[in-house]
Amino acid sequence: MSLGLAACGGGDISDTTTAGGDGGASCGDLRIAVNPWTGYVSNAHVIGQVAKEKLGCNVTYPDVKEEVGWQGMADGSIDTIVENWGHPDLVKKYIDDAGTVEDAGLTGNDGIIGWYVPPWMAEKYPDITNWENLNKYADLFKTSESGGKGQLLDGDPSYVTNDEALVKNLKLNYQVVVGGSEAALIQSFRSAEENKTPLLAYFYEPQWFFDELALVHVDLPKYTEGCDADPAKVACDYPPYALNKLISTKFADSGSPAVDLIKNFTWTNEDQNLVSKYIAEDGMDPDDAAQKWIDDNPDKVDAWLS
Amino acid sequence: MSTATVESPGPAGPASGPNRVDKEQQPYVEVQKPRRTGIKLLVLLAVWLVLYAVFKGKMTKALGLQDTNSLHQKLNDARDWVQLDGKDNWFFGGVLGAIGDALDAIVKFFQELISIPAFPRPVPEIGWLGVVAVLAWITYAVAGLRSTLLVTGTLLFFGVTDQWSNSMDLLIITMLSVVICILIGLPIGIWMARSKAASGVITPVLDVMQTFPPFCYLAPLALFFGIGPACAMVLTIIYALPPVVRITEHGIRSVSPTTIEAARSLGLTRQQMLRQVQLPMAKRTIVVGINQCTMAALSMATIAALVNGPGLGKVVVSALQTLNVGVASVSALCIVLMAIMLDRTTTAASERGQGRSNVGSASGMGVMLTGVVLERLPRWATEDAGRGQRLPRVTAAGRGFLLALLFVPAVVLVLLSRQQLNLATFPDVSETPVLKWISGPQLAKGINNFTDWLVSGVDTYTIWIKDHITMWFIDPLQSLLSDSPWWLMALVLLALAYVLGGWQPAAYTLACEVIIYFTGVWNDTMVTLSMTLIATVMTMLVAVVLGVAMGRGRKADLIIRPFLDAFQVIPPFVYLVPALALFGAGRFTAIVAAMAYSVPIATKLVADGIRGVSPTTVEAVRSTGSTRWQMISKVQLPMARESLVLATNQGLLYVLSMVVIGGMVGGGSLGYIVVSGFSQDQLFGKGLAAGVAIAALGVMLDRIARYAAARYGR
Repeated sequence: MSLGLAACGGGDISDTTTAGGDGGASCGDLRIAVNPWTGYVSNAHVIGQVAKEKLGCNVTYPDVKEEVGWQGMADGSIDTIVENWGHPDLVKKYIDDAGTVEDAGLTGNDGIIGWYVPPWMAEKYPDITNWENLNKYADLFKTSESGGKGQLLDGDPSYVTNDEALVKNLKLNYQVVVGGSEAALIQSFRSAEENKTPLLAYFYEPQWFFDELALVHVDLPKYTEGCDADPAKVACDYPPYALNKLISTKFADSGSPAVDLIKNFTWTNEDQNLVSKYIAEDGMDPDDAAQKWIDDNPDKVDAWLS
Repeated sequence: MSTATVESPGPAGPASGPNRVDKEQQPYVEVQKPRRTGIKLLVLLAVWLVLYAVFKGKMTKALGLQDTNSLHQKLNDARDWVQLDGKDNWFFGGVLGAIGDALDAIVKFFQELISIPAFPRPVPEIGWLGVVAVLAWITYAVAGLRSTLLVTGTLLFFGVTDQWSNSMDLLIITMLSVVICILIGLPIGIWMARSKAASGVITPVLDVMQTFPPFCYLAPLALFFGIGPACAMVLTIIYALPPVVRITEHGIRSVSPTTIEAARSLGLTRQQMLRQVQLPMAKRTIVVGINQCTMAALSMATIAALVNGPGLGKVVVSALQTLNVGVASVSALCIVLMAIMLDRTTTAASERGQGRSNVGSASGMGVMLTGVVLERLPRWATEDAGRGQRLPRVTAAGRGFLLALLFVPAVVLVLLSRQQLNLATFPDVSETPVLKWISGPQLAKGINNFTDWLVSGVDTYTIWIKDHITMWFIDPLQSLLSDSPWWLMALVLLALAYVLGGWQPAAYTLACEVIIYFTGVWNDTMVTLSMTLIATVMTMLVAVVLGVAMGRGRKADLIIRPFLDAFQVIPPFVYLVPALALFGAGRFTAIVAAMAYSVPIATKLVADGIRGVSPTTVEAVRSTGSTRWQMISKVQLPMARESLVLATNQGLLYVLSMVVIGGMVGGGSLGYIVVSGFSQDQLFGKGLAAGVAIAALGVMLDRIARYAAARYGR
């Protein structure tokens, strides 16, 4: 009955089997870890989309937290992390000691982590951007969750953060409250600006949201080399991060053409923010967003493949 | 037997009125000294408050999130050892490694068969049409026409909502886990039924398996098996195994002794007895166990997305990260439909040819107390929902012929789906008239718009509620528990256990306190305890209101029950999305999510209790002209107090198991430590310790509640 109808509509599968370009089947599987923030998703899907279309890789995107991704590379269930934020402890453990993970070069993105307030606050309280004045304003930031202190809103539990230690060591009258995700932070900033309610929160660049709302950075004591060596005693700002890529040693030795693609991949903060905006604000599917950027930037993509 | 505690208004203490009625039902009443529980509790509270005021904030054992103790460091070191040297170890690398590889390979095989492209093919070996055809044929063979329609409809819905391959992945993980559970669980259950010693050894193990919140063994399992399908399967199996084992044992044990005696007198050997008498007679109950196992497996396979398990859970997790209520709801809907499909099919298969019977009747008090509550999904989807409308039965031979005949088109469809692209991957229906409204993106968008509208309309009220409940209830109780010195809290809990339950629960409490003390997260445990208590009280408030309505009226039951059923099959962290949207991150949000998880079970138990009140009694009281309110408060609730106590106990445990998940939405304390331990290298050990603390807290509360229930419940 219905099979007759349905059979008319589709092409023969054997026709499409060889689709996938020059690399053909030699690429095989490529498992790109996906960490929970949009900028990362952009990196992952642009690389993944190029690997799929140009190299014929079979790309999958396991959703994992940062540390779990490292562990996955060590045990062979993940091939690459395409935006890594420092993690000196993991670098020592997996790259230096175990040798199961390799550095695959910089992504070209400069990362900043810090504390931010919505623009209206910086306008109304100009001196709030200096940490020394934070205690003066602590009352503004009180919420039901902050136990009588000011609230400092954090993101996903897996994010790189020294905030608890900072609050303690800088003797700030604040309490770290966890929002849970990048989306929660963005939503909080949006509604804070809209309703002119106070908010102090952990945030980071590269970040597409800065184009929508120019959040203002709160300066902590200046970062100096090694001031964050002991996580419990940190009393300085976050270091500037030169974000990099990682691949598992096993994958690096596999001879997959995707290895070179990952090593060569580099782009700017603006590039990443554009793709992130496609995904987060315009609600595009990550693959479609990545493909759109790839189509618009053929020369950059070609450079990665050469 | 505490029906004599007339003067003491203990926590579950009844008012004096109904006792007279109660005694009618209980011919034997133990004469006992009044316990004066209420007075003891008041004294305890007074002493506690005074000492709290004196010592507030001192010796609380508070530990910052990033601070760790030597135990946590040791666990970290052990983890490092497994990661670095485990591969060469015979056990971690050898045994566990081999199990992991085998599971991965099996899952991959099935995935390439029906859900993911079987490289280099751009599509799976069997396309959607083939899968639908085969599953429909199997369902028809084992369960019947109505189930077949349900299965077909559900499968097509997966395709229409653009969740085909995620749904197939979830189905694969769930069904494979169930098969393995049956292979392991049946023999163990049989063994336990036939050997007292085995039962004595294994039962506590099952207890521990069921008290441990699944989140707490995510991290160690990920360590042993690596993240991915294998880890997801092991996780699911651990969670879903206990029901099969317990119910199998229960089923075989409950075969009537007369039957056994009769069979024995015929000279049957133990083997024959098992095969020809015990197993066939327990078959019905065992199928209930399998059904329970399937439901548990489905809910765990969803959570396994956190260790990169394939399936619909992944969609939910990422929707949670992007606060996309619509996408989360669509996949949740698919999960619920899959649950209904699996439940109906397994039930229908078991009922086939055996007439109608209430399978759920296997849920006695004993079974429920151990945490295995037998539940059933709505009847409307069952084979026998349309009473009397069954198709006339075909003869066995006729059926066989029909099945063989239908096998041909099924195979043809499979072959076609291997060759035609749009029979292999489900066509995009977003442009098709009518269907486009339920296509995934459209549906998600609609739900999102609705949620935005709803949230913007009510968020001032919800935030107000949140702020006030936090200020008036959560903060004070949390301060009382977590700002008291640790030794004071330890003594208070001990005294409470003793007053409510006697020496045994006090001993358990002491043991659990020692464990919690050494995990180094005492203070966080107290914070978690305060949230658990508040969530339980709120759960019971809702459960009593709904449960009384359901227990008193068929209509209310008919309306409310499907919602409860649906809530029970939605994987817990789906609740987090709307809760987060309405209340923002915080402890209250975690409490709301915990309530959403525990209210259904508590409500059903309350409703059962109310309905269980003897109709004669109700009729007799009604004839005295009492009002509806009098009837509820003076007769029905007091007489159902056994169920109320049981509901509280179950509600408490459900709340506790949700506490970890609440850590993801600002619930803080233990749950947050567990979540952090899973995602931050240096907190692995602390997260594991927090998991142990949750389990210890659970055992402690469960024991106190159980002994108190035994004392005041009857």
